[in-house]
Amino acid sequence: MKPFQYTRLSTEDLSSGTTLRDSTILAGGTNLVDLMKYGVEEPDSLADIGKLPYTQIEESDKGLLLGALVTNADTAYHAAVKSTYPVLNKAILAAASSQLRNRATNGGNLLQRTRCYYFYDTTMPCNKREPGTGCAAIKGFNRIHAILGTSASCIATHPSDMCVALAALEAKVLVLRKGETIVIPFDQLHRLPGDQPEKDHNLEPGDLITHIQLPAEGFSEHFEYLKIRDRESYAFALVSVAACLKVSEGKIADIRVALGGVAHKPWKLKEVEKDFFGKEASTENFQSLAEQLIQGAQGFGTNDFKISLVKGAIVRALNNALNPS
Amino acid sequence: MLNIGNKQKRVDGPQKVTGKATYAADITSQFYHAYVLQSTIACGSITAIDTSAAEAFEGVKGIFTHKNLPERLKNKVDYTDPLSPPGKPFRPFYNDKILYNGQPIALVVAQTFEQARYASKLIKVTYEEKKFKGSLSENLKNASADRAPEPASNRGDFKKAFKNSDYTIIREYRQSRNYHNPMEPHATSVEYKSDGSLVVYDKIQGVASSLKYLNGVFGLGADTVQVKSDFVGGAFGSGLRPQYQLFMATLAALELNHNVQMVMTRAQMFSFGYRPEVIHTMKLGCSNDGILQALSHKTVGETSTFEDFNETIVDWSGLLYKCENVNLEYELTPVQSYTPLDMRAPGGVSGVYALECAIDELAHEAGIDPLEFRRKNYVDYDQNEDKPFTSKELMACYARCEEVFGWKNRKDLSKTEPHLLTGYGMATGSWEALQQPASVSLSMNEEGTFTIKCATADIGTGTYTVMSQIAADKLGVSIEKIKFMLGDTAFPDSPIEGGSWTVSSVGSAVASVCEKFKYRIADVWKRNNPDYQAVAFGDISFQKGKLEYRSKAFSFTEIMQQASKEELSIAHSESPAEGQNTHSGYAHCCVMVEVTVDKDLGIIKVPRLVNVSAAGKIINPKTAENQLLGSMVWGLGMALREEGMVDTRYGRVMNANFAEYHIAVNADIHDIHTEFVEEKDDKVNPLGAKGVGELGIVGLAAAISNAIFDATGKRLRKLPMLLDDVLEA
Ligand SMILES: Cc1cc2nc3c(=O)[nH]c(=O)nc-3n(C[C@H](O)[C@H](O)[C@H](O)COP(=O)(O)OP(=O)(O)OC[C@H]3O[C@@H](n4cnc5c(N)ncnc54)[C@H](O)[C@@H]3O)c2cc1C
Ligand code: SF4
Repeated sequence: MKPFQYTRLSTEDLSSGTTLRDSTILAGGTNLVDLMKYGVEEPDSLADIGKLPYTQIEESDKGLLLGALVTNADTAYHAAVKSTYPVLNKAILAAASSQLRNRATNGGNLLQRTRCYYFYDTTMPCNKREPGTGCAAIKGFNRIHAILGTSASCIATHPSDMCVALAALEAKVLVLRKGETIVIPFDQLHRLPGDQPEKDHNLEPGDLITHIQLPAEGFSEHFEYLKIRDRESYAFALVSVAACLKVSEGKIADIRVALGGVAHKPWKLKEVEKDFFGKEASTENFQSLAEQLIQGAQGFGTNDFKISLVKGAIVRALNNALNPS
Repeated sequence: MLNIGNKQKRVDGPQKVTGKATYAADITSQFYHAYVLQSTIACGSITAIDTSAAEAFEGVKGIFTHKNLPERLKNKVDYTDPLSPPGKPFRPFYNDKILYNGQPIALVVAQTFEQARYASKLIKVTYEEKKFKGSLSENLKNASADRAPEPASNRGDFKKAFKNSDYTIIREYRQSRNYHNPMEPHATSVEYKSDGSLVVYDKIQGVASSLKYLNGVFGLGADTVQVKSDFVGGAFGSGLRPQYQLFMATLAALELNHNVQMVMTRAQMFSFGYRPEVIHTMKLGCSNDGILQALSHKTVGETSTFEDFNETIVDWSGLLYKCENVNLEYELTPVQSYTPLDMRAPGGVSGVYALECAIDELAHEAGIDPLEFRRKNYVDYDQNEDKPFTSKELMACYARCEEVFGWKNRKDLSKTEPHLLTGYGMATGSWEALQQPASVSLSMNEEGTFTIKCATADIGTGTYTVMSQIAADKLGVSIEKIKFMLGDTAFPDSPIEGGSWTVSSVGSAVASVCEKFKYRIADVWKRNNPDYQAVAFGDISFQKGKLEYRSKAFSFTEIMQQASKEELSIAHSESPAEGQNTHSGYAHCCVMVEVTVDKDLGIIKVPRLVNVSAAGKIINPKTAENQLLGSMVWGLGMALREEGMVDTRYGRVMNANFAEYHIAVNADIHDIHTEFVEEKDDKVNPLGAKGVGELGIVGLAAAISNAIFDATGKRLRKLPMLLDDVLEA
């Protein structure tokens, strides 16, 4: 890989206003280092944030505060996550392998990059990696690609499982920007590709994710994370569904459905969800919600199957959430 | 018999689990590290290659391309190896032509691996690209039988019999490309000695192949180069031919007069051979009562533009069931790719996949239970060769498998989970039981420890262990007294480790050399003990390191004190048994599987796999079971997971990594049960043993496909079978 400078940041560096603008942030490295080996990312300088103090999970009545540097494994197995936010526990544990989860951090998980085959292969055209070169996936292998919110320049998906659960929970992301903490609602963290697919998210250079704020409501009674993949472990989602429900006397009091593997960001439509508040928690209504949620879905050949698959998955996930086994 | 038939633990197990086993890349001399730059186009030529920036990069010691290939490697140089198919083998850096995407076009040698890798990225290459058609399907019109070897002869009148059959099927089955991906990537470490000689540690399934290649290409003889390969971390056929890292590391060592090591990256493991994509067309007909009347199997397979790689695929259809009217055709089509390569049970896996799916389809058409159908069409002689089998206990496999699996009452076993469809499928599997010529040497030291040497390999199969077991038994000593050494061109010749013939070939040679030793020691004993001059060899026994005669015991070491040094060393060359000519040798198995398919989501799972095999004498049930388990896991991967995704626009493999090239993982594997039935065989070889390294993968994909049909009523007819195939069928 390309030679680079390496700095390990300390808390003092942050308070002294050291800017991260010109460095690439290194957390667990499970994605970044991989991409460096492939030559997809060639940073001149790495800022290792491993020694910064965002390593705790804190409880408050606003909800749980997850440090950006807590590992995926420690997050999933944290007692309060298990009891209050089981959908998050399940989503994290559906990802990667235990070795990776032991190393991967929450911040890194949020900003991991797409697994598009052509993005990873530097000899291929790819607008995300090299703007203006074209998108090899649109007419190529796109079995793992998006069916919603795509653009003519990119059809990549965001590969995270954890993010799908965080989207469903309507978490917030705390970001240190120029010495100040700003709060970004989860659905505004990632973006759709549009004509700037090189941008995965709405953060600015130098931004540091410090925490993820979970809301108080964790949907611990009715939840499901359903991941459909090509093998029973250690594979990214073809399609995944995080489903959360509140039911009162058979009626939907609250409903959250976020989809993974179908778009450049976790796919969730609040308007559609709201439409079903007060309606009966039934398979028919779940089907109708699924239809509305994926309205306009478009396949690109080898990923056409995702359209019917995701419908089936939404209904299954909601039914499982309704009737926990 | 003390040891043969025992579940002996691997004698090299402790070395492996403590990291003391040295694989080709574990050699720790002071090496320069080599990294290969690969072409990014599949067809055309290099118009310019600028290496200046790379040369100037820190640590770089040398760069090799077609521009500076030493002249002596260009003229009258033989690039073949013992397993080269017809055609012209690939010659690295030979000229500016690009024959496939990923072709090595430059070699960077540097002080460290990372320096070499990054420097390779600084090389600027300009190409002139030519149009090409990248896929087998697009190239079908170039398919030709002339490029392929002729299959077994046709017999009877297929057309007529097919027409007259009560039930017929015509079906097409497709298999995608599979890559070997042993755990250990290919590596070569070359030690350059001060006298110019080389010691080459290569990842290879037979050191003689590397030596032959080095001799042909670099003119290095056995006097200037020694090839060693103590341990091989899996190969599955990928080490049958020397791969390009051998050329690279040797070229660099000779040119730079320095030790050089080259280890391929995982991505580079997708830049050479693979199990080829094939398309089968099957036409089968049977009578009302399920007797096979007509069978036609045509396969078209991919090969490269420069070599005609071939496998024995369609012959299996003429062999497995009784049928008088058989038509077999095999064609090859060149695609813009590297040459395919034998992979575990080459040809058999592919041919039997199509046959066993088609048999299941025909049985279904005829309304006959698939197991019953196979029994009705059982055959006990080799119809392709018109020879008897050395042994064939397949009927016993069927019976035992039926019982352990619960085949008869299988429908009662179905679980009633609302979304899950359960299905059951079966298939027959078979693999050759060949014996090749092999040589070994044996010597005993003062402590009574035996060293047995042979140039064979242990590719994870358990050669070290099994040979030690055979020798211990034959000599009447404990296994600790045996030191079996392999993987060295200084040792007696062995066939390459492949074809599941190592136990049969090397094992028989080991048994014989031990027998010779016993005669030798008996002679010495008689010579030095005048009282026993007249004792017949048959009246002597050999146990616990002692020669015993009429309750008197004489230790080997004692007797051998009176022997000359020469007498203590014995060599032996074993030829294949007579039965290998007069009879056909095959191992057989029956495999049954249970699958579940999610009705709405298409997810396929395999909760249960049962394999019952007949493979002659099982020398070590533990390593034999290991082999079966491994090959069944891979069979599942082949059926449901593995697919080399070649983007045919670019001729490039797009999933050259373990995240996206899906091999089966632990979570995919549930209950697997294996058993052997008793099979006596006095013809196949002196040990009566057949290899089991390949058997377990044959038939498995078909059994899974058949079970999916049983569950869903859908025939997927392609590999791998993915959830989208279920949803879209
Ligand atoms: C083989 C394999 C399989 C996998 N399977 C799955 C899967 O099934 N599901 C799944 O969800 N994930 C999967 N992953 C991805 C894994 O979850 C991510 O690699 C991991 O979460 C990244 O975390 P990290 O700490 O290692 O990030 P790094 O690799 O260190 O960083 C990733 C990116 O985030 C940036 N970054 C990191 N921390 C911060 C921060 N605090 N503030 C701002 N920017 C930051 C980095 O600059 C970089 O761009 C898999 C990974 C591999 C290698
Ligand atoms: S889908 Fe996006 S990431 Fe993939 S090749 Fe196209 S532009 Fe690149």
